[in-house]
Amino acid sequence: MSKEPVAVVGIGQTKHVAARRDVSIAGLVREAARRALDDAELTWADIDAVVIGKAPDFFEGVMMPELYLADALGAVGKPMLRVHTAGSVGGSTALVAANLVAASVHGTVLTLAFEKQSESNAMWGLSLPIPFQQPLLAGAGGFFAPHVRAYMRRSGAPDTVGSLVAYKDRRNALKNPYAHLHEHDITLEKVQASPMLWDPIRYSETCPSSDGACAMVLTDRAGAARAPRPPAWMLGGAMRSEPTLFAGKDAVSPQAGKDCAADVYRQAGIADPRRDIDAVEMYVPFSWYEPMWLENLGFAAEGEGWKLTEAGVTELDGDLPVNMSGGVLSTNPIGASGMIRFAEAALQVRGQAGEHQVERARKVLGHAYGGGSQFFSMWLVGSAPPDA
Amino acid sequence: MPEVLKAPLVVEFPFTRSLGPVQSAFLTGLRERLVLGVRTSDGRTLVPPVEYDPVTAEEIRDLVEVAPTGTVTTWAWNHAPRRDQPLDTPFAWALVRLDGADTALLHALDAPGPDAVHTGMRVRVRWAGERTGAITDIACFEPYDDGPDAPDGRGRAEPATHTGEFDDPVTGIVATARLDYTYSPGRAQTAYINALAEHRNVGERCPSCRKVYVPPRGACPTCGLATSEQVEVGPGGTVTTFCIVNIKAKNLDIEVPYVYAHIALDGAGLALHGRIGGIPYDQVRMGLRVEPVWTEGARYPDHYRPTGEPDADYDTYRELL
Amino acid sequence: MNREIAVVAFAQTDHRRTSEELSEVEMLMPVLHDVLGQTGLKTADIGFTCSGSSDYLAGRAFSFTLALDGVGAWPPISESHVEMDGAWALYEAWTKLLTGDADTALVYSYGKSSPGPLRDVLTRQLDPYYVAPLWPDSVALAALQAQALIDAGDTDEPALAAVAARSRADATANSHAQLRGPVPHGEYVVRPLRTGDCPPIGDGAAAVILAAGERARNLCARPAWIRGVDHRIEAHSLGVRDLTDSPSTRLAAEKAGAFERPVDTAELHAPFTSQEVVLRKALKLDDGVRVNPSGGALAANPVMAAGLIRIGEAAARVHRGESDRALAHATSGPCLQQNLVAVLEGDPR
Repeated sequence: MSKEPVAVVGIGQTKHVAARRDVSIAGLVREAARRALDDAELTWADIDAVVIGKAPDFFEGVMMPELYLADALGAVGKPMLRVHTAGSVGGSTALVAANLVAASVHGTVLTLAFEKQSESNAMWGLSLPIPFQQPLLAGAGGFFAPHVRAYMRRSGAPDTVGSLVAYKDRRNALKNPYAHLHEHDITLEKVQASPMLWDPIRYSETCPSSDGACAMVLTDRAGAARAPRPPAWMLGGAMRSEPTLFAGKDAVSPQAGKDCAADVYRQAGIADPRRDIDAVEMYVPFSWYEPMWLENLGFAAEGEGWKLTEAGVTELDGDLPVNMSGGVLSTNPIGASGMIRFAEAALQVRGQAGEHQVERARKVLGHAYGGGSQFFSMWLVGSAPPDA
Repeated sequence: MPEVLKAPLVVEFPFTRSLGPVQSAFLTGLRERLVLGVRTSDGRTLVPPVEYDPVTAEEIRDLVEVAPTGTVTTWAWNHAPRRDQPLDTPFAWALVRLDGADTALLHALDAPGPDAVHTGMRVRVRWAGERTGAITDIACFEPYDDGPDAPDGRGRAEPATHTGEFDDPVTGIVATARLDYTYSPGRAQTAYINALAEHRNVGERCPSCRKVYVPPRGACPTCGLATSEQVEVGPGGTVTTFCIVNIKAKNLDIEVPYVYAHIALDGAGLALHGRIGGIPYDQVRMGLRVEPVWTEGARYPDHYRPTGEPDADYDTYRELL
Repeated sequence: MNREIAVVAFAQTDHRRTSEELSEVEMLMPVLHDVLGQTGLKTADIGFTCSGSSDYLAGRAFSFTLALDGVGAWPPISESHVEMDGAWALYEAWTKLLTGDADTALVYSYGKSSPGPLRDVLTRQLDPYYVAPLWPDSVALAALQAQALIDAGDTDEPALAAVAARSRADATANSHAQLRGPVPHGEYVVRPLRTGDCPPIGDGAAAVILAAGERARNLCARPAWIRGVDHRIEAHSLGVRDLTDSPSTRLAAEKAGAFERPVDTAELHAPFTSQEVVLRKALKLDDGVRVNPSGGALAANPVMAAGLIRIGEAAARVHRGESDRALAHATSGPCLQQNLVAVLEGDPR
């Protein structure tokens, strides 16, 4: 018994912006789905099932919105699944869809993730006034900033590293037409001069709030053989979860992240990720998470991740480019953010990444995480099929 | 077992919904007292107009105008209207196929009683006095006597096409939604909160791994076992890590800058969160020893202040980071 | 891919109008311990975990993250969550086992309907532009469907009352049920539906363990083999659907192989009496089929768990030797918009 190989043959996303006032929620998801189908040169009738993901329903104020979106996504008469695993959901959704193909349950599956943040306010959705609970004493960044400080203490990283990441990601975003933030006049000095919101996190080191959707068409070997453009092949994929808060939790480098990466590398036959993987698109909502995840994912030893960033290794033309798309720092429709990471990895190995294409990108890792640094989903995609 | 705590939880937000072209035309049309539908490629007319054909998944954009009169296809008598429903006196919910349409629209039907309503009856739109471009611009349907009932065959004339263009079109709606919940935090957190009222921090110990959870959540999350043995921790603790908040959060009445910290109370297996006071913000450091400061009537400590003890050694709290 | 997968254990809470003295994890945990205990497995032995729940029931974002505390996810586990009834979590777990990546799966779901006004909460599932602003509650929508059935001659009020009475009578044998024995058919809630036609509102949780091949045989004396499972969705708007029929149920049943041979038992997720009429028609169930021996959703309807419970109840009858081939059904959305059908079989005796 062997799993059916899974190929990505279509990718579509919306131009991510603060507010898409010109479309409904259905119109937003439709746009990404349509682009993914067009990329694969397929029609709605070619799709066997739809797997959709998004973060909390309170963000748009629609409970289980997949019910209302069934028509827009051509799902009528088909199976439709709705995944929700907090911030990692975009990645998990793609993996659930991939399983349908890998298990030979379906031949071709449309998977999509979205968030239309402008319908409400993310901080409202995340901090409903639950009685008896201690109110959150800090905004979104306040949740993450203490972990960043812990990382700095542990690694001895100089406090400029965060700004280097932000400067790089925002410049990468300028090469990505779908990215939300296009700061044409960005300079390192501007990043470093931006206000310190949640010390040690500066304004320019935080992510925006976006409306956006991302879709992919996943298919089996037969579907890949018919694809008009080179497919991306899934070489490994995994999810790992650990509890929200627990005694002994390492919030800087969670065990679930390490285990998830190890599982993906095992499946893909990756012995040394730093050597064997050509680029990484990872979920970095605050700039300091780049060096933290570099360590968590095994690209650097503990305490050494910041050295890769500082040395320019993670630049677009570096030895291990990270967040070629501009990353979550430049685009953040929360529910879609994980899938955008997965899609960027696939774009790279397909050679379809345009101006932010990494040369000779043959194996690229896509990474998403969420909750209290507790839910992880990752996939490794390659330009050649798994048995090649 | 003491009574569990309960309190109202109101989840309310004015959602801002952008409409897209088809829905914009329909809702603007209602404001102008006309009802638009949309034509599918195989000639069906869908009212209310949807953006995507439920049968073929095609995008559909060809608008037509249908009549404000129609026929009830099914109904249900609502003798006890609920908050936010279209009418506050008993009414019928009805699916109404407007003349010229192939599908039915859901709305309220104002009628004297259930005996006055039946499937196949003729109804017409009653427009709201004040219309803004929303589904509620239709106040409801009302009975309409234009001759004998005709469940089929009436009003099948080809509906006229409509550009969907209006002066000052409605492009978005504000949909305020309020739901009233009663929140109960359950057994373990009730016990914790009750102890807080006596200014005591009481956690629960896992019977297996022996770690103490504060606040307790009813289960040891690593062992998946119920916790019950109560253990008082603190009052002193160590700042494990922190950030300096320079941006004023909405609905928080704290002057910036201030320090938001993770604090491991003595005896606790993990850190909780609190504000640090009684020390300049730029002098707070990892390892600082602190104790809670309570204010009258507050459920949680107002903040934590330095105890004056020497800082804790990094190795004593690194596992709690 | 041909891999045999079975339900090997099932547990559920006693479903009650309110469980306010318990948090969600406090409610859920005993059920998790129950299924693990039945199989002798520990969390660390489980290859994949998947759950189903809804933030809107709880009134809190990310409510499922705290439920995970009850699993004991340490060391970290391979885990996923659907914002759907647990029946779909089972479906996701079934596909995971089919890939061969895991041999066992823990599936759970829970729902507390008591904190919020359930009838109003469910209106938030509806088209947010044209329908949700009118707040048509779940009973009203089911009543529109019931009237359509009456108009079509498919049922009448006495027939619906008989469905209610049979369900609650059968539930007398189900200690977990919330409504058991003779229950007055009551006044109209939304005509033509009376209180007796409606499900009780309550809190509850359920869990299932799946296992593949030999593993299933080792864990359970008579595994309930999943011969097929499929789910389909329909258009959202009630006005474009024929409310007297359920083509998505029929299609799912066909894909799941339900029509290949007759079933002896069917656990149908029909929260309203009238919906049983629709489902019987769609599934072509004749009077020889034992329908909802547990009492069904009319006896206990913890939202988000009630569908998984149907699969669990059907499986438990196979485990006990009371069924050889059973059909289980779950539904989601207004007026049966989305439906899942599973076919379970026991080894020949």
